Amino acid sequence: MFNNPDLLKAIFGRLTLESLPFHEPILVVTFLAVALGGAAVVGAITYYRLWDYLWREWFTSVDHKRIGVMYIVLGLVMLLRGFSDALMMRLQQAIAFNGSEGYLPAHHYDQIFTAHGVIMIFFVAMPLVTGLMNYVVPLQIGARDVAFPFLNNFSFWMTAAGAVLVMMSLFVGEFARTGWLAYPPLSNIGYSPDVGVDYYIWSLQIAGIGTLLSGVNLVATIVKMRAPGMTMMKMPVFTWTALCTNVLIVAAFPVLTAVLALLSLDRYVGTDFFTNDFGGSPMMYVNLIWIWGHPEVYILVLPAFGVFSEVTSTFSGKRLFGYTSMVYATVVITILSYLVWLHHFFTMGSGASVNSFFGITTMIISIPTGAKLFNWLFTMYHGRIRYELPMMWTVAFMLTFVLGGMTGVLLAVPPADFVLHNSLFLIAHFHNVIIGGVVFGAFAGIAYWFPKVTGFKLDPFWGKLSFWFWVSGFYFAFMPLYVLGFMGVTRRLRVFHDPSLQIWFIIAGFGAFLILLGILAFLVQIVVSIRNREALRDVTGDPWNARTLEWSTSSPPPPYNFAFTPVIHDNDAWWDMKKRGYERPLGNFKPIHMPKNTAAGIILAGISVVFGFAMIWYIWWLAALSFIALVATTIGHTFNYNRDFYIPVDEVVHCERARTQLLSGQA
Amino acid sequence: MDAKATTMEGVGKTPDVPVFYLEEEHAHAEGGSTMLGFWIYLMSDCLIFACLFATYGVLGGSYAAGPSPKDLFDLPLVAVNTAMLLLSSITYGFAVLAMDKGRVGQTQAWLAVTAVFGAAFIGFELHEFAHMIHEGATPQRSAFLSAFFTLVGTHGLHVTCGLIWLGTLMVQVAQRGLIEANKRRLMCLSMFWHFLDVVWIGVFTFVYLMGVLR
Repeated sequence: MFNNPDLLKAIFGRLTLESLPFHEPILVVTFLAVALGGAAVVGAITYYRLWDYLWREWFTSVDHKRIGVMYIVLGLVMLLRGFSDALMMRLQQAIAFNGSEGYLPAHHYDQIFTAHGVIMIFFVAMPLVTGLMNYVVPLQIGARDVAFPFLNNFSFWMTAAGAVLVMMSLFVGEFARTGWLAYPPLSNIGYSPDVGVDYYIWSLQIAGIGTLLSGVNLVATIVKMRAPGMTMMKMPVFTWTALCTNVLIVAAFPVLTAVLALLSLDRYVGTDFFTNDFGGSPMMYVNLIWIWGHPEVYILVLPAFGVFSEVTSTFSGKRLFGYTSMVYATVVITILSYLVWLHHFFTMGSGASVNSFFGITTMIISIPTGAKLFNWLFTMYHGRIRYELPMMWTVAFMLTFVLGGMTGVLLAVPPADFVLHNSLFLIAHFHNVIIGGVVFGAFAGIAYWFPKVTGFKLDPFWGKLSFWFWVSGFYFAFMPLYVLGFMGVTRRLRVFHDPSLQIWFIIAGFGAFLILLGILAFLVQIVVSIRNREALRDVTGDPWNARTLEWSTSSPPPPYNFAFTPVIHDNDAWWDMKKRGYERPLGNFKPIHMPKNTAAGIILAGISVVFGFAMIWYIWWLAALSFIALVATTIGHTFNYNRDFYIPVDEVVHCERARTQLLSGQA
Repeated sequence: MDAKATTMEGVGKTPDVPVFYLEEEHAHAEGGSTMLGFWIYLMSDCLIFACLFATYGVLGGSYAAGPSPKDLFDLPLVAVNTAMLLLSSITYGFAVLAMDKGRVGQTQAWLAVTAVFGAAFIGFELHEFAHMIHEGATPQRSAFLSAFFTLVGTHGLHVTCGLIWLGTLMVQVAQRGLIEANKRRLMCLSMFWHFLDVVWIGVFTFVYLMGVLR
């Protein structure tokens, strides 16, 4: 019976034993390491009987703070994966000279650079940024949760489901070998008949649903749920950037959904959207995906700008310089980010007029961005600057990002782009802005809000060590790529024939090694901080003498965030409260209306993983079954009308009394 | 805005310390953000259609020596089909009017009529598709047909989802009556339904009418 190929095909689709990479020693070792590590984690959780706690308090939680933390944990875990890919590439390129093939075969190397890009953007940068927004925005606007708490939980799990599918591709089958945007015709079924591109499509589609819904959620939250008195122009800048980012998410991610759907139709049904024959046009794909892709980089960097704004004014002890211009700069960037997508393919040959239009709009973006930089500098000017860790990241950002911005303007010149297109110069440029902007921003944000989340600060020694390794590592890793780009070296090469180039790749590899030390130091920093938490403890809830509303609550904040809805009179609401003698209410508490936890989100995401997996491997019966389960569960969930509860007064009193004791113990 | 800011300041600067928090829990309307949230979602959906329209705009003339709109489209059929969908929008409107008056039976009846019109629309569309495929005008035949089937099919898929949603809501209204939550859901579906109508008008004009003129 098991020798019947038709039957096996009906049951397992394309999935065979050969799909498991037993023949690749690197992957077998990785799998063993991951399996052992995973078993250790599962074992530890079971040993300490944490499953029930995790399930009740985290996985099914609709608390925006918990969900925010889970996003950031997801982002950091995936950072380890994405960075391993980077290290492997750097090593390959450093040794594949003088006739050596390096250690990575082509089909493996191609998967690695694709996975690196996809993971770093979708499953590292996005979760880190979304996590920060999720945690901070409701606190900054004086709300108790987001507008749609269940949807928030669902969004997170869909993002996690996408990450699970990407990770699966490491050990079951393979990932795309197309580059991170999977351009057709290469990504079409004729040139990529295996499962790689399908893993790509389904993981991004599933994660994309999560991202889109969290965008809708945060826009509605910011528009509708601000505390009384907080007009739009009194919103903290981080909330402003979050608003613009989420508007961009809502306006850009549907395009990704649509274009990936068209690509899947080409692959699954045999339509002719992006084919070379029957009237299809591969350039349609390139246009559409960059109409999503360019706003995407601003989706990532705007919240980082918000973090830097909060950090700069807090650690300079001054109100942010040029608040209004900061807001307008953010809005202008939001709009312009939609009008520049074609600069990613000037070489398509749209002609001089089209290229000049997009070249000029691209250059114009540097104006509002420059305005922001001057605002930060003027905020620091005459400020009493404290160089704590978040501020160090901010200064490193200002220096690094300006460099990346300038090479960006250089690339915006179409004739220059014709020379530098697809070269390592481009790679250096976008790592320059994404690491210098988004990653530094995420680390600044984590260091800044960590005491809010946990009630204790991060250990400064290991943090500074991590900072210096990261920053110096970045320069060692990417400055050589600028040089190589000028020499005409193109991206995604596996072996080289010109020995004079090797030294640059070795320097870049050394830089990647420094970044590795930076990441390790960051992890050590977290462990050390947890162990020394009593020494690092902050009982005030406001360890940095900060300015915005999130610092007015305890650290960590109670589940309901604010016992009473705050009333806002000033941009820097908490600073204003401190200055004008705000007294924390001590009595008269009321029961608080809150949303209930639910398992629907994680269940739906779990079924989505099964559905995606079945589609990837052509296991049609399972796909149909899981799709029906998905619809049935969704409908079933709508029959649950019992979605909220009241936190009883006793509990509120208990929470608030504990804080009162902490505060008085401090005094 | 400046004026507003100063008045806020004025309120705040009562003799010594301004009001920094609300003493009372203000009863925030349950699901108060739902309508806005759903609107935003609809706009994102609208962008998916925008992409499909754009794709059709670019590839709509790429017949690859296959059939063209003139050979394929049966305008009278599409006109009847359009009438079905437009009528379903009107009857949904009647359902909402009945809902506002709190009449459960009448609401359910109009919803049922809406569902019948919607189903008729889907039926006609499937008939049209089957006919075209039978004639060899499959989605695989040319980029024009790929774009056509995807745009019109995506709209049809949305209507199908709307029908499933409608059925679910009818059960829920039957179970719990016109409670606040159900009214909110009916309003969301209403927006969804009318939105699909608007998209269809785009499809009818842009794909069918202009296709036959082309």
